[in-house]
Amino acid sequence: MALALNEEQTLLRDSARGLITDKAPVSHFRGLRDANDKDGFSRDLWKTFGEMGFTGLLVPEEFGGSGLGCVEAGIVAEEIGHTLMPSPFLASAVLAASALTRAGSKAQKSEYLPKIADGSTIGALAIDEGGKHRPQTIRLKAARSGNGFKLSGAKAFVVDGHVADLLVVAARTAGGDSDAKGITLFLVDPKAKGVEIERTAMVDAHNAARITFNDAEVTADNVLGEVDQGGAVLGGVLNIGRAVVASEMLGAGDESFSRTLQYLKERKQFGKLIGEFQVLQHRISHLYIELEITRAVILKALQTLDEDPANADEIVAVAKARAGTTGTLAVQEGLQMHGGIGMTDQFDIGFFMKRMRVCQELFGDSNFHSDRVASLRSY
Amino acid sequence: MSDTSDAALESFRKETRDWLAQNCPPEMRQPILGEDDVYGGGRNGTFQSDAQRVWFERMRDRKWVVPHWPAEYGGGGLDPARAKIVREEMAAIHARPPLRGMGISMIGPALLKYGNEEQKREHIPKILSGEIRWCQGYSEPNSGSDLASLQTRADLDGDHYIINGSKIWTSYAHKSDWIFCLVRTDFAAKKHEGISFILFDMTTPGVTPKPIVLISGYSVFCETFFDNVRAPAKNIVGTVNKGWDVAKYLLQFERDSISGIGDRGAKRSMSDIATSQVGTDDKGRLADPQLRAQLAAFEIDEIAFKYASERASDQMKVGQAHPSFSAAMKYYGSELNKRRHELYMSMGGSDALEWESERSQGGLVPRTWLRTKANSIEGGTSEVMLGIVAKRILNLPGA
Repeated sequence: MALALNEEQTLLRDSARGLITDKAPVSHFRGLRDANDKDGFSRDLWKTFGEMGFTGLLVPEEFGGSGLGCVEAGIVAEEIGHTLMPSPFLASAVLAASALTRAGSKAQKSEYLPKIADGSTIGALAIDEGGKHRPQTIRLKAARSGNGFKLSGAKAFVVDGHVADLLVVAARTAGGDSDAKGITLFLVDPKAKGVEIERTAMVDAHNAARITFNDAEVTADNVLGEVDQGGAVLGGVLNIGRAVVASEMLGAGDESFSRTLQYLKERKQFGKLIGEFQVLQHRISHLYIELEITRAVILKALQTLDEDPANADEIVAVAKARAGTTGTLAVQEGLQMHGGIGMTDQFDIGFFMKRMRVCQELFGDSNFHSDRVASLRSY
Repeated sequence: MSDTSDAALESFRKETRDWLAQNCPPEMRQPILGEDDVYGGGRNGTFQSDAQRVWFERMRDRKWVVPHWPAEYGGGGLDPARAKIVREEMAAIHARPPLRGMGISMIGPALLKYGNEEQKREHIPKILSGEIRWCQGYSEPNSGSDLASLQTRADLDGDHYIINGSKIWTSYAHKSDWIFCLVRTDFAAKKHEGISFILFDMTTPGVTPKPIVLISGYSVFCETFFDNVRAPAKNIVGTVNKGWDVAKYLLQFERDSISGIGDRGAKRSMSDIATSQVGTDDKGRLADPQLRAQLAAFEIDEIAFKYASERASDQMKVGQAHPSFSAAMKYYGSELNKRRHELYMSMGGSDALEWESERSQGGLVPRTWLRTKANSIEGGTSEVMLGIVAKRILNLPGA
């Protein structure tokens, strides 16, 4: 398969780009931040996103979605990265939709997927418990209780957990804290008794939540997939999330790059455009090359997830690692080359640096994925 | 045009696979270690082994030395789909190329694009038969990165040019039969506009190649002197004073072939070498955690580069590639290869320092390491590549 978008994918990109640049330029994000909006995103725009079919990209057609793949989800995420449009796209349309599609029973799929597909239900995925992404370490306990389970423990960095209507929670039902086996996924109503949600506004003015479970009761019907077997499902869903986040990082990094390139052609010092200085030329050329290389491997990861998901671990780790290093380079060079004005809140370039920092941590930073590549290659 | 239906291609693939299985000697499916492991051709060319000779002769007779070159000049005449199948099937059995050199990689493509009919008929068949080995006369002692400032002069005298000057880094000049050479034919014109591209026989009186010993101890490069060398005027390729166009076209081939080293398929995986050299801890991880981190970071970039190359060639096929993108790939590929060999040295420790012993295959690891330092110099330095990206792709002012 060629490492290029096909015709339909190109059309999808153009329509996502059209909508996002028109309705959600960076000023849209800035407005939400300045207003300290309670949701942190625009529900109207989310509705439009649904009408355009973006919220149901990954939902199978029989459940009201369009049954497309990760390449398509990555395309939308990349455009989101360009303008930093806040929305539960990743949390709901990508992560929750994938978890339900892969592991849900017929009844669960029928109940939730159509509403995720049209955007009326927002899902979120709760995995991390500490400051660093360690998905193999799950301490949140789900103890059997009557016909169901009682959840106790805490989750952090639950992206868009503050607006979620449905939580997908990874809990430990057997084994030690870091055992691969013994993880079970649960569908949890965030309004259920014993569930406490704290909105955590982050450095990038996007939102996540810390969620505490105090003997929150769920029934056996709320188990997503098989008891103790959630690790494999989670691994697959995380891979999709990582590749899609990598796409968003590519979009944000690319935007930082192109804004900086433009600035080099406008800003004058010492009587010259600063883009005439070779020291800056070489640095931005280097950045351009890194971005092109990262672009290729992210597309390869997305394609692999669609065609051969069982063998996608390594390529996804490579893509997310590269997205982290290249994205970080893009925002750091971007800010430095803008000089003093880049440090001002009034100027947009700093937004990309903040967003990139959050995306680095999301589902494993470059170090995490570099270590993963080494482990997958048995060294 | 030949049948490119799936069925026809599949049957061609099977035929190719069977033929290669029967005709490629096992010795020619081994990793290429030394410079002589692939036949270089030429009037004085020698085969390293019978297997190398047999493999070359069979491929030559099947017209697969360059499968996609036009049949009228002795090439295989295969369409792109079939040529790709031959490459893939050769790669699948790790078959060595039957012949290599600047004939195939550089002057052949240049002649096919810019040469006249007589030049193509004269030279292409002799490249493919291995009869003539070519070298390249581009750089001069005072014209390295600033190649277009070259001063080797060619003055017209009747139907010949008289050439004086010297070239440097002429690879294998002492083993080559002909040279393609950039010479200045108009000293009044701007530097890019007075250059011509000319071919001549290395046995012409006045040509003197002198091998240069490099830091690796190898001497595949020469400085080549021209003292009143007479070359027929009809040997100009393309138009007089327009040689820079041909040179630029060829530089892209050179850059592509150098960037190709960035994703050279490993003979033995680097992690195997690392674990056997450095050892592992009780969790099976490399005993040197810093080396482990460096190796992983390298392998991540290597994998990414492989797909970037693939994407670049996919884009080229549909005409979406930026014409200067080869500079970007040359930059990254050559820097990546230098990193690869730094890691080999680091993994090898003092074993990788042996320079002469048989155990070390005559210091193959350190000599190769030193050789790779040229990757970011030859074919345009990394800094020149970054400058090309700045100017041609990013349209920065004054670049």
